[in-house]
Amino acid sequence: MKVPISWLRDFVDITLPLDELAHRLTMAGLEVEEMTLVGLSIPSGPLGADGRGSLDTKISGLSWEADKIVVAAVSEVMPHPNADRLVLCKLYDGEREHIVLTGAPNLQHLKGTGPLPQPLKVPYARLGARIYDGHQPGQVLTTLKPAKIRGIESYSMICSEKELGISEEHDGIIILDDEAPVGLPLADYIGDAVFDIAILPSTARTASILGVAREVAAITGQPLRLMPGFFSYSAEGPSIEGKASIQITTPELNPRFVLGLIQDLKIGPSPYWMQRRLKLAGMRPINNLVDITNYVMLEIGQPLHAFDYDVLVQRAGGKAPTIITRTAEAGERLTTLDGVERTLNDFSVLVCDTAGALSIAGVMGGAESEVSDQTRNILLEGAAWNYINTRRTMGAQKLQSEAAYRFSRGVHPAMAERGVRRGLELMRLLGGGAICQGLVDHYPLPASDPKITLTPAEVERLLGVPVPVEQIVKILESLEFACQVTQTPEGASILVQTPDHRLDIGNDLIGKADLIEEIARIYGYDRIPETRMADALPPQRNNPSLEREERVRDLLVEMGLTEIVSYRLTHPDREARRVAPGTPPEDKPYLYLANPMASDRNVLRHSLLSSVLEAVERNIRLRPRLALFEIGPVFMSSEEGTLPDEMQRLAIVMTGERDLAGWQKADTEPMDFYDLKGVLEGLLSGMHLSALRIEAVEHPSFHPGKCARLWIGGQPLGVFGELHPLVSERYDFPAGAVLAAELDLTSLLALAPERYEMSSVPAFPPVLEDLAVVVDEIVPADRVAELIRQAGGRTVTEVRLFDVYRSEQLGTEKKSLAYSLAYQAPDRTLTDKDVAQVRQKIIRRLEQETGAKLRS
Amino acid sequence: MLTQLEQIEKAALDALKNVQDEASLEQWRIAHLGRSAPLMQVFDQLGKLSKEERPLIGRRANEVKRGLDNALAEQSEAMRQAALARTLTAERLDVTLPGRPIGRGRLHPSTQILRQIYRIFADMGFQIYRSREVESDEYNFEMLNIPAHHPARDMWDTFHTTAPGVLLRTHTSPGQIHVMREYYPQPIRVILPGMCFRYEQISARKETQFNQVEGLAVGHHITFGDLKGTLSDFARRMFGEQVRTRFRTSYFPFTEPSAEMDVECFLCGGKGCGVCSGTGWLEILGCGMVHPTVLRNGGYDPLKFSGFAFGMGPERIAMLRYKIEDIRYFWANDVRFLEQF
Ligand SMILES: [Zn+2]
Repeated sequence: MKVPISWLRDFVDITLPLDELAHRLTMAGLEVEEMTLVGLSIPSGPLGADGRGSLDTKISGLSWEADKIVVAAVSEVMPHPNADRLVLCKLYDGEREHIVLTGAPNLQHLKGTGPLPQPLKVPYARLGARIYDGHQPGQVLTTLKPAKIRGIESYSMICSEKELGISEEHDGIIILDDEAPVGLPLADYIGDAVFDIAILPSTARTASILGVAREVAAITGQPLRLMPGFFSYSAEGPSIEGKASIQITTPELNPRFVLGLIQDLKIGPSPYWMQRRLKLAGMRPINNLVDITNYVMLEIGQPLHAFDYDVLVQRAGGKAPTIITRTAEAGERLTTLDGVERTLNDFSVLVCDTAGALSIAGVMGGAESEVSDQTRNILLEGAAWNYINTRRTMGAQKLQSEAAYRFSRGVHPAMAERGVRRGLELMRLLGGGAICQGLVDHYPLPASDPKITLTPAEVERLLGVPVPVEQIVKILESLEFACQVTQTPEGASILVQTPDHRLDIGNDLIGKADLIEEIARIYGYDRIPETRMADALPPQRNNPSLEREERVRDLLVEMGLTEIVSYRLTHPDREARRVAPGTPPEDKPYLYLANPMASDRNVLRHSLLSSVLEAVERNIRLRPRLALFEIGPVFMSSEEGTLPDEMQRLAIVMTGERDLAGWQKADTEPMDFYDLKGVLEGLLSGMHLSALRIEAVEHPSFHPGKCARLWIGGQPLGVFGELHPLVSERYDFPAGAVLAAELDLTSLLALAPERYEMSSVPAFPPVLEDLAVVVDEIVPADRVAELIRQAGGRTVTEVRLFDVYRSEQLGTEKKSLAYSLAYQAPDRTLTDKDVAQVRQKIIRRLEQETGAKLRS
Repeated sequence: MLTQLEQIEKAALDALKNVQDEASLEQWRIAHLGRSAPLMQVFDQLGKLSKEERPLIGRRANEVKRGLDNALAEQSEAMRQAALARTLTAERLDVTLPGRPIGRGRLHPSTQILRQIYRIFADMGFQIYRSREVESDEYNFEMLNIPAHHPARDMWDTFHTTAPGVLLRTHTSPGQIHVMREYYPQPIRVILPGMCFRYEQISARKETQFNQVEGLAVGHHITFGDLKGTLSDFARRMFGEQVRTRFRTSYFPFTEPSAEMDVECFLCGGKGCGVCSGTGWLEILGCGMVHPTVLRNGGYDPLKFSGFAFGMGPERIAMLRYKIEDIRYFWANDVRFLEQF
């Protein structure tokens, strides 16, 4: 909402410097996003007690220097000796006479007509004035310097709106009203500033000059200047009775409809002051009739609609028109003012006459009944529409308008009549014509403005600061709430009547909260002291799933992995790349977006593996070594229409060199399956998970011989391994193993024990010994280790595989596994004899179970 | 005999002066203190001497031997010292060469900021409550006092799914209803972190997904002053003890009164800079007293309970803290970004 200060001054005195006013409005919920100076200047330097108020709002625009830009009078327009398009103006600026050169088309008709009967008042910029360059696009500052144009000396300028920053218009110079005082600084005459205020859903009432003025009045303690009779008009025409009637079919959607009639209006341009205000407010002047409907909407917030009365009579077959409001028939069509033929929804309300639809209620008029330059008689509509329904129609039709902007945020039905009255009177004043006496006013669903009982105790309970009853009343009254104070034994109680211009105050308990907000913001949030909660602490709880998840993050980071976070949104084709081509697709259906922002992200992800592989794709050519992990949910739709299952997963990916290369020779061997397995073992031991089982499996993402499933107890936790070469190809990874894992984090965390016990550090030294056995290739290494542990019992405290060896001597399908063993007893140092006994047991067991031979 | 001992001693000591390495020192030892050294022969001949001569010569011979032993020890030590000095000199490193790189892992910057937020609020008695990312319209909007077609819905551009009424949560606020329904009638102090989604054109400032940390305190005597105190305490710990806050009137359907908390720009100290768009203030979070309708939807009687709620964006905080100029870095997973945290 663009608010010119000059317009605001019609309703309230501005007692604060503009930047401080902008600050105060912002703090009270009317955020002044930008202040554009159109001539006025603001005091420089700090404002407010904290010295920082001045920095709140972005300030742009142009201040007109008082000594350089003034009102001047042109007394004669003379031809330029060397240029047809240019004229020379004889001009007096209050100090002396100048000859000023201009190419303004709106002076051409006066060229060579001799001294003007009535001098023209114009804005005049003297030598050295800073203005915008009229010939460059946008706003480019320039300083007036002496120049010679077609042989004539020029050092000053008569200004266009563009040059002064009023609008983009550069078609001609501004012609001021005749009474403009010559020599007066222009800033003092029409200098302005425009606040651009963000309207919140709760401050719809401030989408008007009057609405903002009310807030300014309340904030600054000034009275609102709403002249008695502001909404009255002088009706000299015949009675409206019998000239129009109204039928409302759905009062819930159309609580009120008001019509007024003005006859013999003369359509023409509106006066400069109105045009200037409309332009500053961001609207384009058209003609007096259209401008007045827009002006009233901006001024008081009530959108109006003007019908050509004669067209309506014609449509009614020469009879008095009947305006009917109703919801559209399914499939009903209407061509709106913007030239679009629209198919309407059955919930949208239409304004119709007996011949058919005229406009989409509160949103946009129809093309047929539009006013034209020939229009003489105006039927003026002011109505109230259900804001939820208006918004729904806007959304369905993808249609925006200034009227719909306001109606979709809620305009009080009381404003409908006020709008018609104000509109008719302005039309009479600016377009002549006679207003018909009386209005046709249908108000089937009168607004029930809430009456709320509020006590100072309730205010204190919520705000934490006592606000005296007098102050509460003063604040509410400044916002035009009517207050009635009664003293009860429990204290004062205020009966508050909501004014008939706002719809944002609820009833009962909600109304109390609404009022407390009004009190708080006018009282000033900054005056409410900061406190620390006095309430007792609620029961304190742990969050084990989060705490364990964070532990997993820490463990992985400790092991040198870097955390990534990917988009939850993806595309089925993106995720399909994680399996070898030809593999049957995911069995569960994806959850699709109804309105994807990008076509390649239209579903919620099924796979975290896919996310980490995409991260590798992005980075693999940047670093010789990558070790990444991600923790996050995947989304599996369950039944139609219900919420999907969100399963927390962990994915790990590692590829490249085992160690980072420095300037010395590094271990630049590529990482393999066992690097990833080492990380998983580190993670699981860090979570104190035991009873793990690793099972060789095949999986469409992984190399068939380098893939395993991790089990804990009877619970499968996920699959890991080296990426299938065909999958690597789909991601365009360079040659080399990519190791990856995707684990069910929820189950993993659930299995992690809450407690674990330490075992005491042995007091007696262990006997260390190596044991190498030759077994068939098919025997898994962990089977051998397990047998050693079983046979060794509590005496064998460590079994560590340190070598796997194959050779022709050993024979094909044979391998040698070398383990380093620690034998230990808690209460003594073991003797050679003790160790030999256990060793024999182990060897026997290995021979029996696996056919192992001791290697010498 | 005595003269002979003098000569033996002198010859040995003279010879020792030329000894420079371990090998010649060993040769010297064999030559002058070994089995067949002249000195040893003197000892061998002691038995043949007269009773008078024997003690005299014997004493002197022992003296010479001790002298040579000491000289040997001294020389040996001197040579060891010299050798060590040579080694230390030879082993001098260029200490300016870079150290061996360690493959250090890193937490995502969002995680780091989230943890800091968790810690600060934990100290104030707030615990963490998480809830689902895909939500129903009912929990994401209606329960939060945002009915269908209400103009407030314009504040959240929403990703809808093809399943009716199922959407990607636009804020962590649905968690408020979940936590209230779970904890009623106990008082509540929780923060609700998690990923949220908005139907937005991705740009340097806007993302389709982002983390949010919501906070909720519900109790018997919770006031707007408590809200200000709690959030200002948070701001001072997060952004610096000297930092000032201010609360501006704002609007959220689920709070009333509603406010926006600004923190004095910690980059320019409030003087105005590019990051704070010259205002000296940074918009950090939205907050307010829990709306009576929301309390009621959560099961709490608004006449007996009051509460405050707030919501903030960890990525926005990270962006301010680390001067990250483009929000798209967060989910792009470029290691050149991630390695900086
Ligand atoms: Zn700054």
